[in-house]
Amino acid sequence: MVRVRIPIALIAGLLFGAGLACSGMSDPTRVRAFLDLFGGRWDPTLAFVMGGAIAPMALAWVIRRRMETPLADSRFSLPDAREITARLIGGSAIFGIGWGIAGLCPGPAIADLAIRPTLAAPFVIAMLAGFAVHRFIDRPKI
Amino acid sequence: MDWTNATPLAALTGGILIGLACAIMLLGLGRIAGVSGLAARAFALSQTGPPWSIAAAFIVGLPFGAGIVNLISGPVIARFPSSPAVVLIGGLLVGFGTRMGSGCTSGHGVCGLSRLSARSIVATLSFVSFGFATVAVMRVLGVSW
Repeated sequence: MVRVRIPIALIAGLLFGAGLACSGMSDPTRVRAFLDLFGGRWDPTLAFVMGGAIAPMALAWVIRRRMETPLADSRFSLPDAREITARLIGGSAIFGIGWGIAGLCPGPAIADLAIRPTLAAPFVIAMLAGFAVHRFIDRPKI
Repeated sequence: MDWTNATPLAALTGGILIGLACAIMLLGLGRIAGVSGLAARAFALSQTGPPWSIAAAFIVGLPFGAGIVNLISGPVIARFPSSPAVVLIGGLLVGFGTRMGSGCTSGHGVCGLSRLSARSIVATLSFVSFGFATVAVMRVLGVSW
């Protein structure tokens, strides 16, 4: 069962990357056209991406309720935090500012490594540096 | 609104593929398909999350999936900012913010909203409204891309 998990994750990643490329979400200029409410030419395309993605996933959550364990693992490992924290809102706000500045969020940036490698790589490296800065600040105090 | 440049059908198709990918992660592996968390895990920048091999396989799949579409359907459009400052500042903020906020467009936006998670609804409202506000402020300041 352990051996089948890696191909499952790979297939999920492949489908996710293919979906990003099909949907227009991998184009930073289009993402910014969606975020540009006051330019007079608001592009609603990304709302359809979100709608299209949420529909099958909502069904998956319903199916999940009838399952004791996932198909290829011994248990569900899902986030159980309930509290609305300043950290959640503030972190998401910082992410939103970066998303607005560059038109890229993590999935499209990594998928674009195959489309525009020389342009996507600097963003991905900066994003990994952002992960590392957070990891450094957030490390357990001795 | 600009319907002439909108591509709702392609967007819906791509969105369904993304949703299927998330469903496979949930029902197959019992995990959230959150790209920021999986990427941090794959690059050894997170102590929590799935085994490294799972995270790495998912992250490797992303460019391969996009590359396959690029080969089959012709060149995928990806118009990037030309300013290195925009790319670097944007990347740093996206990296830091998604870790601090425990998720991005996939984990909170797709997986969390469809689960009706209160935390994810708040997070998504936060990053989408700050995204709107940032583009508006850049427009006012005349910051070019």
